[in-house]
Amino acid sequence: MQPAVSFARVSRHFGAVRALDDISIEIAPGEFFALLGPSGSGKTTCLRLVAGFEQPTAGEIAIFGEQVAGVPPYRRSVNTVFQDYALFPHMNVAENVAFPLMLRKLPRAEREKRAEEALALVKLAGYGARRPGQLSGGQRQRVALARAIISRPKVLLLDEPLGALDLKLREQMQDELKALQRALGITFIFVTHDQGEALSMADRLAVFNEGRVMQTGTPEDIYRKPVSRFVADFVGSSNVLAPDFVAEIAGRRAWASLRPEAIKLAPPKGGVVDALVVSRAYLGAATRIVAVAGGTRLTVVVPASQAAPDEGAHVGLAFSRDELHFMEAEA
Amino acid sequence: MSTAAATVVAPPRAGLFGSLSDYFWRRPRILVLLLLAPPLLWLGIIYVGSLIALLVQSFFAIDEFSGIVDRSEFTLKTYGELLRPQNLDIILRTVGMAAAVTIASAIIAFPIAYAAARYLKGKWKALFYLGVMLPLWASYLVKIYAWKLILAREGILNWVFENLHLTWLLNAWLSLPVIGGNSLSISYTGTFIVFVYVWMPYMILPTQAALERVPPSLIDAASDLGATPLQSFWRVIFPLALPGIIAGSIFTFSLTLGDYIIPQIVGTSHFFIGMAVYSHQGTAGNIPLAAAFSVVPIVIMGIYLWLAKRAGAFDAL
Repeated sequence: MQPAVSFARVSRHFGAVRALDDISIEIAPGEFFALLGPSGSGKTTCLRLVAGFEQPTAGEIAIFGEQVAGVPPYRRSVNTVFQDYALFPHMNVAENVAFPLMLRKLPRAEREKRAEEALALVKLAGYGARRPGQLSGGQRQRVALARAIISRPKVLLLDEPLGALDLKLREQMQDELKALQRALGITFIFVTHDQGEALSMADRLAVFNEGRVMQTGTPEDIYRKPVSRFVADFVGSSNVLAPDFVAEIAGRRAWASLRPEAIKLAPPKGGVVDALVVSRAYLGAATRIVAVAGGTRLTVVVPASQAAPDEGAHVGLAFSRDELHFMEAEA
Repeated sequence: MSTAAATVVAPPRAGLFGSLSDYFWRRPRILVLLLLAPPLLWLGIIYVGSLIALLVQSFFAIDEFSGIVDRSEFTLKTYGELLRPQNLDIILRTVGMAAAVTIASAIIAFPIAYAAARYLKGKWKALFYLGVMLPLWASYLVKIYAWKLILAREGILNWVFENLHLTWLLNAWLSLPVIGGNSLSISYTGTFIVFVYVWMPYMILPTQAALERVPPSLIDAASDLGATPLQSFWRVIFPLALPGIIAGSIFTFSLTLGDYIIPQIVGTSHFFIGMAVYSHQGTAGNIPLAAAFSVVPIVIMGIYLWLAKRAGAFDAL
């Protein structure tokens, strides 16, 4: 199948800075794809290349098979939800949402009708007459979303769209974005530095570091089988074990990752290794404890149904050696 | 207990300055009042007071035979004088010039301000400010006389046109009615050029400040949503820069309305409002008419600001 967006050996350099260095990604039509990485890793540059705000230094980008080199943003059927929402302060909400239709000189009545429909889609029906300045952060974000989907683009780009929202609103918006994407069938490309967000929302994701793609795959792939220490570290929550430690317990010198929920608590000397509990955090449904075994810190998630050990307790950590995921790439 | 309290709350500060600053901290309004009192007194008494005195003068009339100002009664007779053809001419000429100068300044200033706001950074931005402000450091009279020489028939501009074999173009321009004349230095075109030059910084700086406040993401967003560069300009950039352009135009418009030196040195011998005020309050001794003339720019600016506000020029502030 023809990819919705394909990057073929794309680089973007700013002078000596390699914002993107020889990346290749294919994003399927209708996919919810996340670009995950720390700040400055090149994920936003990647998005700006698809939108057309930047041009690649090398390589080719195609959107639904069409080469987009030298095509300005206004000739691409790609719309963006900006991190700061970028709502026009001199227009009201309805005018903002209908801006793309106004540019195409659609009659006023149709513009108003479609703007109201788009606002209803993001649950802001009746807000058309307000000014962006009168809305809350979450509402502004919905307006930006309505404006970006009103002309039904082939690809929708979202640049850290949930970054400025508080936790509860963020979780709600995650669900709504997923539902909206399924309803519209538009390919969503989503930039985030929040691993939880990327794993929970995306069909597939690419993990970026220093302008390179470290790994592409489904959230489960990335979480269970990180290819490198960086990916395991950044995607987080997984325990990253150094070669010395791994050699001791598994007889093989390599970096390995071990999921916290794969570790069971055992009495001292009853597990694979013995450890000292150094911190404990109550999470409601579970308790997360950090235990140190021979200089290696391991995170263990204890379900609420079991008693969690106190700080300073000596415990054994039991896990199957099959749960160790060896990482080939040395990063 | 008392020793514990003493370590938490330090004793009141000693001395006049110490106790005063403690007092101001508790009563910040008093401090604001003290800071603003001198300028408010100046503005209230010296400026607004004189303005009112001026306004009052304009309601007196001069006795046509004796030439003495009649202060015994208020009358609108002097304002009636303004409507006489030769005076109405002066007003229309000045307003027309001010409007032309303002529009030209806005058009010339915009690209400069835009480039500075969007592309210049650090050292280059400092150079931009220097370049815009530098002409303001030189005496206004020196600049005007310099322009008189530049625009004169024997001046450098003529010489340039001659060497480019474009004298015919200059002559064609000068042979146009109203805006033409014997040479640029004694035509309305010359007056216009000097006005535009002298007030230009007052248009560039506010326009640049307004453009600087437009987030780059708004321009990206317009383009992203399908706006061609021209549509981005008219639908997003221009409306958001408008408060700055209006602020600049207040300067260029009111400065041109009030100036009486430039049209005296460069231009035709026809009067502008400022020159009329100068001659009526000086040689002619007709203070009421001078006052009435002075009220005209104030009224025009009032109407102008009211229209600008109604047009939504300040909505994006």
